[in-house]
Amino acid sequence: MIGQGKMLAEFTTPEALRRAVPTVRRAGHRVVDAFTPYPVEGLAEEIGPSRAPLRLVMLMVGLAVAIAAYLLQWYSAVIAYPMNTGGRPLHSWPVFLLVPFEIGMFTAALAGLVALFWSCGLPRLHDPLFAVPGFERATQDRFFLLAEAAASDQDGTALRHVLEDAGARVVTEVRRQ
Amino acid sequence: MTDTALPHRWLAAPRLPDAEVTATVVDPLLMHRPGKRWWIALGVSFLFFALTAGAILYLFVGGIGIYGINTTVVWGYAIANYVWWVAIGSGGTLISSILVLTRQEWRSSINRFAETMTVLAVAISGVFPILHLGRPQYFYWLAPYPNTMALWPQWRSALVWDFWAIFSYLLFSILFLYVGLLPDLATMRDRATRRASQVFYGFLAFGWRGSARHWRLQRTLHVTLAAMATPLVVSVHSIVGLDFAASLMPGWQESIYPPYFVVGAIFSGFAMVLLVTVVMRWALHLEAMITLDHFDAMAKIILASSFVMTYSYANEWFMAWYGGEAADRALVAYMFTGDYAPVYWAQLLCNALIPQALWLRRVRRSVPAVAAIAAVILVGMWIERILIVWNTLSHGHAVPMWRVFQPTLWDWIFLVGPLGLFVFLYLILMRIVPAVSMYEVRRLAHREGAT
Repeated sequence: MIGQGKMLAEFTTPEALRRAVPTVRRAGHRVVDAFTPYPVEGLAEEIGPSRAPLRLVMLMVGLAVAIAAYLLQWYSAVIAYPMNTGGRPLHSWPVFLLVPFEIGMFTAALAGLVALFWSCGLPRLHDPLFAVPGFERATQDRFFLLAEAAASDQDGTALRHVLEDAGARVVTEVRRQ
Repeated sequence: MTDTALPHRWLAAPRLPDAEVTATVVDPLLMHRPGKRWWIALGVSFLFFALTAGAILYLFVGGIGIYGINTTVVWGYAIANYVWWVAIGSGGTLISSILVLTRQEWRSSINRFAETMTVLAVAISGVFPILHLGRPQYFYWLAPYPNTMALWPQWRSALVWDFWAIFSYLLFSILFLYVGLLPDLATMRDRATRRASQVFYGFLAFGWRGSARHWRLQRTLHVTLAAMATPLVVSVHSIVGLDFAASLMPGWQESIYPPYFVVGAIFSGFAMVLLVTVVMRWALHLEAMITLDHFDAMAKIILASSFVMTYSYANEWFMAWYGGEAADRALVAYMFTGDYAPVYWAQLLCNALIPQALWLRRVRRSVPAVAAIAAVILVGMWIERILIVWNTLSHGHAVPMWRVFQPTLWDWIFLVGPLGLFVFLYLILMRIVPAVSMYEVRRLAHREGAT
């Protein structure tokens, strides 16, 4: 793959970006990713089908912690420190549900954040894309498409033309650093 | 372009390009120094902060006898303040979460205020139960940790539920705020010109690039957290209600208490968000993103919750009569005619009567009017909480024990001091985090065809 750069194309509207995706594919190139200042409806589905099981991870972690919290309460109230409060059963399960619910919700949220970072490959404080002039506008008001040239397109010229024809303002080659 | 010809309901400008959203929100933080008014507000609120810190120090030295509590009215301002603050926090979360789930697009310009407000209000509220313990320095006994005394927390105690509810809720709200903030922190990083700001925001943004895949995962997580926040808030505030309802006191032992407290949270939370929005819109010049329609929408929710509050009050009176318990009936009579009767009438005026002005469209669309009503509601809701404590404790089952609460100077300091602390922290946060969720406003502007 050495010498074959990826191309980053800058668009001014999300519509232009979305129109460019099938065009690039029809020309035989590979669409790698898109970078936009806000979530563009349907764009992620068009670009890659990969899904991370965020919610499943959250559910499992939340449930595990809630069960652990319940067991801790049961152990402390029934075995380690049994105390008769007004004749109530030592194993007062209805009120023992409150603490597991609260702490389970919090840990599920924490697991969700960790899973988000994990599946996004973050934290990644530097990326070759950050070196592309103008890429800082991806979080402000510009829409970027990252594409990889087909094997037949040695220097990426064909891909560059495809992107420019699709309405890209600027097309920059991204080099590995 | 006149006001009547505006093409977009939730944007007060005919066009709002993405670059302008960024400039309006980010530039005051990165390009301009805080103005004189900001410094004055910071200075004044710092005085309150110092006052609160001093009062807490004195409390640790002097003990809780510095409050106006007595052997009958054993709870006082600290409990009322706790409920008031946690309710404001809950309102902030509900605004964010319920409006996300019901796809109310107008929330995008106010949710950041609401979420920031939540974190601060819950943090402040969590201090009060500790400040109300007989020996506040031992508050960590509430946590289960290995100790040489071989003691465990009493899991059947409402105090322990509070500890876990507030602890979990505070951390959850910080996560919820952060997940929504992440893309905006990346904008701050990319917009910053000074090295220190770039490093600071670069660190907080964790390398966010706005990739399509990242967006999808972030959206999934944000919506999931919103869906979780709603039951979480309801449970946290129900636990606050259980602090009272799990007792055997007349007026407290009512099954309506948990939902009644949740509605109170929505009511006072929306009032506080409205007030914060009025101030922030003026201070940060956000007129393009926060329109009169926003105030109109918030005022309608406040009006609706005022009705549910009034219903809850009426339900209290009705159940006391219908239940037939002498202590309950005597308590309701005491509320209307007893030692605190003028305060109770003021509560009904503030929470049930004055919000009725929001029926009028002219009132809902007048910023000074809605701000004044919101302030009245916040006062009324604090009165409601202190009266829940006072009336029941002053007029319990044992007649010879009836006594009246006399507030001391320290009670008043613990009431007003934390307000200054809240403003102080808010002023600082609003110089650090973008005050408006930029990516959501950009998306809104794009949908409304304003870009």
